[in-house]
Amino acid sequence: MRWSTALFWKRLIMFGIDFLLDALTPLNVLLALGGVIAGTVIGALPGLSATMAVAVLVPFTFVMSPATALISLGAIYTGAIYGGAYSAILLNTPGTPSSIATTFDGYPMAKQGRGDLALTLACLASVFGGLVGAICLLMLSPPLATIALKFGPVEYFWLAILGLTLIAALSEGSLVKGLIGGGLGLLLSMVGIAEVGGDIRYVGEFQPLLGGIDVVGALIGIYCIPVIIGLVANPDPHLKSASTGNGFRLAEAVGALMRSKVNLVRSSLIGTVVGILPGAGGSIASLVAYSEARRVSPRQDNFGNGEPDGIIATESANNATVGGGFIPTLVLGIPGTPPDAIMLGALLVQGIRTGPTLFSEQSSIVYTFIWGLIIATLLMLPVGLVIGRYAFRFIVGVPKALLVPSVAFLTILGSFAIHNNPHEVQQMVVLGIIAWGLARAGFTPSPIVLGLILGAIAERGFVQGFLIGRARGNIAQEFFGRPIALGIIAFIILGLLYPLISARRARKAHTTDTDRRP
Amino acid sequence: MEKRHAWKVVLAALAVSSTMAATAAGYPDKTINYIIPFGPGGESDISARFQETTFKKLTGQSLAIQYKAGAGGAASWSQLNGMPADGYTVMGTNLPHIVMQPLEKNVGYKTDDIHTLYWFHFTPDALLVPADSPIMTLADYIAAARKSPGALTLSGSGTNSSNHIAQQRFDKMAGIKTTYIPFGGTGPSNTALLGRQVSASWGYTTVQVQLGKQVRCLAVAMEQRQKKLPDCPTFKEAGFDLVGGAYRGVAVPASTPAPVQARLADLLGQVNRDPAFIKIMEDNGFAMLDIGPAEMPKFMADVKSRYEAIAKEMGIRKR
Repeated sequence: MRWSTALFWKRLIMFGIDFLLDALTPLNVLLALGGVIAGTVIGALPGLSATMAVAVLVPFTFVMSPATALISLGAIYTGAIYGGAYSAILLNTPGTPSSIATTFDGYPMAKQGRGDLALTLACLASVFGGLVGAICLLMLSPPLATIALKFGPVEYFWLAILGLTLIAALSEGSLVKGLIGGGLGLLLSMVGIAEVGGDIRYVGEFQPLLGGIDVVGALIGIYCIPVIIGLVANPDPHLKSASTGNGFRLAEAVGALMRSKVNLVRSSLIGTVVGILPGAGGSIASLVAYSEARRVSPRQDNFGNGEPDGIIATESANNATVGGGFIPTLVLGIPGTPPDAIMLGALLVQGIRTGPTLFSEQSSIVYTFIWGLIIATLLMLPVGLVIGRYAFRFIVGVPKALLVPSVAFLTILGSFAIHNNPHEVQQMVVLGIIAWGLARAGFTPSPIVLGLILGAIAERGFVQGFLIGRARGNIAQEFFGRPIALGIIAFIILGLLYPLISARRARKAHTTDTDRRP
Repeated sequence: MEKRHAWKVVLAALAVSSTMAATAAGYPDKTINYIIPFGPGGESDISARFQETTFKKLTGQSLAIQYKAGAGGAASWSQLNGMPADGYTVMGTNLPHIVMQPLEKNVGYKTDDIHTLYWFHFTPDALLVPADSPIMTLADYIAAARKSPGALTLSGSGTNSSNHIAQQRFDKMAGIKTTYIPFGGTGPSNTALLGRQVSASWGYTTVQVQLGKQVRCLAVAMEQRQKKLPDCPTFKEAGFDLVGGAYRGVAVPASTPAPVQARLADLLGQVNRDPAFIKIMEDNGFAMLDIGPAEMPKFMADVKSRYEAIAKEMGIRKR
């Protein structure tokens, strides 16, 4: 164990105390701080996503040096991914798609008066996950970039199916209703022009639907509108105020984090790897990490009812995708996530071409940036704790008459901002009202959203894999003969059978217990 | 009474003349909204960013680049003519998209509805293989495809995209059969190529520049070799008349006042002839094009008849 620690420090020195010092110039630190604060606030507002935060900032970076530009963009990106947790926990509406899974346990915790603890947990987990992703980027970029290439259409297909098995786990109350919700989401994912093949589906004569259902708009509608209607219809206060009232609850959160070290590390690694896969992103990373955390947890039944491990898993995973996503972007020239694609374009304008030669020819830019990202991630700790403390107090204390119109305004602003188009606002409202009706009938929103996001990925992977398999003359080999695909299939089977196995084991233990009785 | 009336006429005349002056001479006196009908980070975005830098240098005004993705561009193009026609809203426009889309389905606009002011560059189609592929030349590629028809898989960006058209046209010209696998854009298509998920890829010259030594370019669909890629031959050199790619231009709502259109076209032309702009575009693998309002009618008539013929060949018809 000692040699590996020594190796770690050796590599760390190799990768540049110089570059660390370059990253630590007052301007860089200031921009990292500003970026994190701005990103956190933008991410917290439903509909204003990390992609948008980065896109808005890009023109301002043209006057900066490439490394400084990258640091500000990286800071606003990581801040926005983290900021999504605020609205997820306090309002039950994910601020960005990456924080969908944070609503599962974050909001129940807030309802129980533990919102301050949930926010602090989210902050600590995000910082930890962000650091894991960034350190992997610093130390292991070239070997990890090859993972991105090992994932073909078939692997994406199975990964999406793995995500869809979560529906079974998330269906509180009724499995049948969860599956119906998931099926509805899958149907919604098919609206518009098919990416592969170009067929037009479920559009009728209504032209605006050609572009399909926008995921962010749907997210806002499906999560926010029922919340708004619920706030108006229900006379109770929105959240219970904190019972202890000591603000940060830092010691308690650190304790919880220490108790679930394994979960924290595993989720961060899942986030890093999923971040590396182009096109997957934070929403899938946090869903996969959540399902893994739930599968191995001894407190399985508590998931969905305010289990701290759930927040730790999703928040560490989604921030780890930031560093992970930069790996293929910088090493191969292939953007790992949508914000990476924007940053790649911004770099081209600066005359920097990402790709295999970047690390050798322009190492000072790359390593200064990576150190800057690490600094920005660390700055997220004080920023997040302070904003978290006031955000929680504000949301608890603010009268409903003010909260409801503010959230309603944000939903419209957010859905309009997706494409600067009133069509997404209409879509958001219609889906929201449908979701409210379904919620009254006992359908939860998450299976619908899972179906919508994962359906498109599953379909794309299936059709592409099928076409490739047919061209090679062996479709079965394509779907069931690739090692990574087989590994994911094993997880799917395990996830589906685990409840049965554990139930049988519990029964067996129970019967042997009774047999032993005299 | 007479006096007051006259005063009104003078005022009205003044108002009219001042607005006319404002629309033509003072233009542009504020930020112009530049709508990209695709997501960020793609070739349309990158070239718009390059234009923005030069445009600002020329006029002192910014181009605010906004993304309005959906339906392969159709979501934005179908709304173009309903947007403010004051010269402060412009939109990126693409070929073959604006010809092919209305041919195959009802997308809410017709090709002639899109009032393109300027075509300024194109990304030529290029046939690429991974660097370690046994296929070394275009001749090897054709031989491999002949040996087992349909077994060569090719990634490309989307169904009926420029890449797809190039694959169909080349298969026909060379008398071969290959399998096209559509991906959601250049990024995923490149990943599939680098990851050996497919045997080769119909990409663009920009892809070769971006991916560098990871891939080998077998041929480009240009009249002459791309300056940045001197080792990559053209299809013409091998005897195939394949020239094409994704063309990009700038369009405005059709009712935009003629003086404003003329001024904007003039500015876009100046940007397009700026040596620094040309250099950065070519360094990134783009090929320049210079079709302004004067050449526009003939150019559009040509491309329309050309793509309509291709669409007929590919069996594309309105569904």
